[in-house]
Amino acid sequence: MIGAIAAGNAVVLKPSEIAPATSKLLATLIPRYLDNSVIKVVEGGIAESTQLLEHKWDKIFFTGSARVGKIIMSAAAKHLTPVTMELGGKCPTIVDSILNKKELVVTAKRIAFGKWSTNNGQACLSPDYLLVGEKFAETLIEALKRTIERFFGEDPSTSGDISRIVNQNQFLRLKKYLEDPSIAQSVVYGGKYDESKLYIQPTILLDPPLTSEIMNDEIFGPLLPVITLKRIEESIDFINSRPKPLCIYLFSNNKDLKERVASETSSGSLAVNDTIIQFALDTLPFGGVGESGFGMSHGKFSFDTFSHPKGILYRGLFPDFTLRYPPWNEFKLGFVKAFLQFDYFNLILLWLGLKK
Amino acid sequence: MADAARVVRKLRDTFSSGRTRSYEWRIAQLKQTMKLVDENENEIIEALSQDICKPPFESFFAEISLIKASCKVAIKELKSWMAPEKVSTTLTVFPSKAEIVPEPLGAALIISAWNYPFLLSMDPVIGAIAAGNVVVLKPSEVAPATSSLLASLIPQYLDDDAIRVVEGSVAETTSLLEQKWDKIFYTGSAKIGRIVMAAAAKHLTPVTLELGGKCPVIVDPTVDLEVTARRIVAGKWGSNNGQACIAPDYIITLESFAPKLIDALKNTLEKFYGKDPVQSADLSHIVNLSHFVRLTRLLDDPKVSDRVIYGGQRDEKQLMIAPTLVLDAPMDSLIMIEEIFGPLLPIITVQKMEEALEIVGSLSKPLAAYVFTKNKKFERQVVASVSAGGMLVNDTALHVRFKLQIIIYPLEGLEKVGWDHTMESSHLKLLVIKRLYSIEVSWEISRQDILHTPQESKIL
Repeated sequence: MIGAIAAGNAVVLKPSEIAPATSKLLATLIPRYLDNSVIKVVEGGIAESTQLLEHKWDKIFFTGSARVGKIIMSAAAKHLTPVTMELGGKCPTIVDSILNKKELVVTAKRIAFGKWSTNNGQACLSPDYLLVGEKFAETLIEALKRTIERFFGEDPSTSGDISRIVNQNQFLRLKKYLEDPSIAQSVVYGGKYDESKLYIQPTILLDPPLTSEIMNDEIFGPLLPVITLKRIEESIDFINSRPKPLCIYLFSNNKDLKERVASETSSGSLAVNDTIIQFALDTLPFGGVGESGFGMSHGKFSFDTFSHPKGILYRGLFPDFTLRYPPWNEFKLGFVKAFLQFDYFNLILLWLGLKK
Repeated sequence: MADAARVVRKLRDTFSSGRTRSYEWRIAQLKQTMKLVDENENEIIEALSQDICKPPFESFFAEISLIKASCKVAIKELKSWMAPEKVSTTLTVFPSKAEIVPEPLGAALIISAWNYPFLLSMDPVIGAIAAGNVVVLKPSEVAPATSSLLASLIPQYLDDDAIRVVEGSVAETTSLLEQKWDKIFYTGSAKIGRIVMAAAAKHLTPVTLELGGKCPVIVDPTVDLEVTARRIVAGKWGSNNGQACIAPDYIITLESFAPKLIDALKNTLEKFYGKDPVQSADLSHIVNLSHFVRLTRLLDDPKVSDRVIYGGQRDEKQLMIAPTLVLDAPMDSLIMIEEIFGPLLPIITVQKMEEALEIVGSLSKPLAAYVFTKNKKFERQVVASVSAGGMLVNDTALHVRFKLQIIIYPLEGLEKVGWDHTMESSHLKLLVIKRLYSIEVSWEISRQDILHTPQESKIL
């Protein structure tokens, strides 16, 4: 909205009905603070969204799932409305062997923060799964366990520092993963849940089957698979054989690995040695590529997303280059050719009549 | 169709191999594109003539030279375009450094149009190659000679594993659109644009749509009549006989000024195209019978037919319609609702120039808007209130080539011409140092010699 307003547009905001308290708050506050004649909030679910999408807009900015993204873009196609799609994806986190103890602690903290302190994993930017060398996996998992306990205590269900699952629908979706025997047997930490509180414990899984749903759908929850590889470089092919994610995270001190990941993979963004925080830097465009979406936002990118850069050329009426006007002949064509090629020498010769 | 899927698979294999990412590959392809144009100029002009009777001058000025310029810019700037852009970081992310790195999207589908079939095919291809993508080009079947030429030349000059031409019409295009692309670039009508975007939506593929619109020309009475008329005529009928997305579609001017403007237009038309424009070699023809019928329908509309004040001659065998002026066609007539895309020019008169802005605002946003005025205040008003793809003050159509020329040529000009070319005249110094603008000054002086020799040059 800030971008749209900064660019001088009128705006309708349709907040998500899945977060009803915030939707209601926005619907109350916005008319109170902003120009109600051109900035409006429309609350509602599928019916209201469908109605909104039937109208002609000059721009549609959508954040959400690919499934709904397709519906929105199809509706936009009827009016040829440009769209920005901020979708999601499975954000892989490559963790190189970190031998320095202090660095390992920071790495574990940043991964844990990225996964469980971002809405308990329910963020498009959350690390979805880890890619680790098989020799280093156990060390990393131990470090993560310690970090989780330091952040959220022995029993995170009593911690005020962790979000819950947003609604029952999402809860059941995540519970299903844990009930799948092929996935359940890979749980090495956590796995407890309480439906009445919509609570799922921060959970680490070691090598769940690559064909299982948890390794194909965007998890969007507190479950963290750790996939082990023979060599960490294999992570590049692993990532490239899957849809392009919104972001890739890499923890490493190895300059070659950093360069290879940067140049050989494609994602909305890449963050090295941290998670999530690139979101806070407005000089970087935020947006997806491929299945993770298209279009950019943050800072000036938002302004640009909601603007049309109109090219304007000012010409004087004099002088007037008459050779571009018909009737045409060989001379005019030769002259214009020489002119456009900045072939001054031939230009002069033609003018003086010394060349045909 | 299995073919389309196979082509995409092959191209994606090439892309995955990483071959198209290197600077060397991209530069090689761009240089080969230059070669393709240089070595086949005559064939290109011939194909354009076959498809649409495009005069050689237009083929060169509006298609060949623009593609060459595009290549030159890309070759010159590629290194800097490919370089990471460092950006500043803030305290929140201290310590860190950040940069933006451009990546190729992957497989690009480029669907081109029939009116500038060479330009609108090759220009996006140049961009896609420069960015490191693999490409399928689907040229327009409505310009079959050019489509055929592209299909035969591109495999000869460019990397056939990365850049392919797929010819065909609805069936082939539909099949291509069913595949998953990383980018679709479409030039053409809004009607097909919707189909393209709807197909793209199924795969959430980003699209660029270059459509058209009714490009208005607002003319106020402060202008120099002769130059204004020349520029409008050149922009309208010199752009493929009006069959161009940026061609002036209609004029809006003051009711009291209209007769003078109309006279100036008539004089210019006769000077450029003679008394029987249907026979003029300097005008493109209508591309096919379907468009010919569409255009004659606009003229034969009872709301419009008695408002034709100049032209209107037509020859179905030659697919030719003469430059035609229509005065004050009703706003609800087809000619004022649809994009004309042909040699018919409606002139709408208003009582006050401000009304012109209302009329333009009431129609859909055009690709280009033109205004002729010496009144700076009015100029500012128009620029601020008219929303269009691009705008040009005191000329038509040129803004698309100016963008390119201003970037390269002045620099090239300074490099190419040294002081050893034997010219003592300070005139030449003026030519060399200043830009495009100044060059015109010196030629204006001898305008009489050049302009008043219509069919042969008396100098040679």
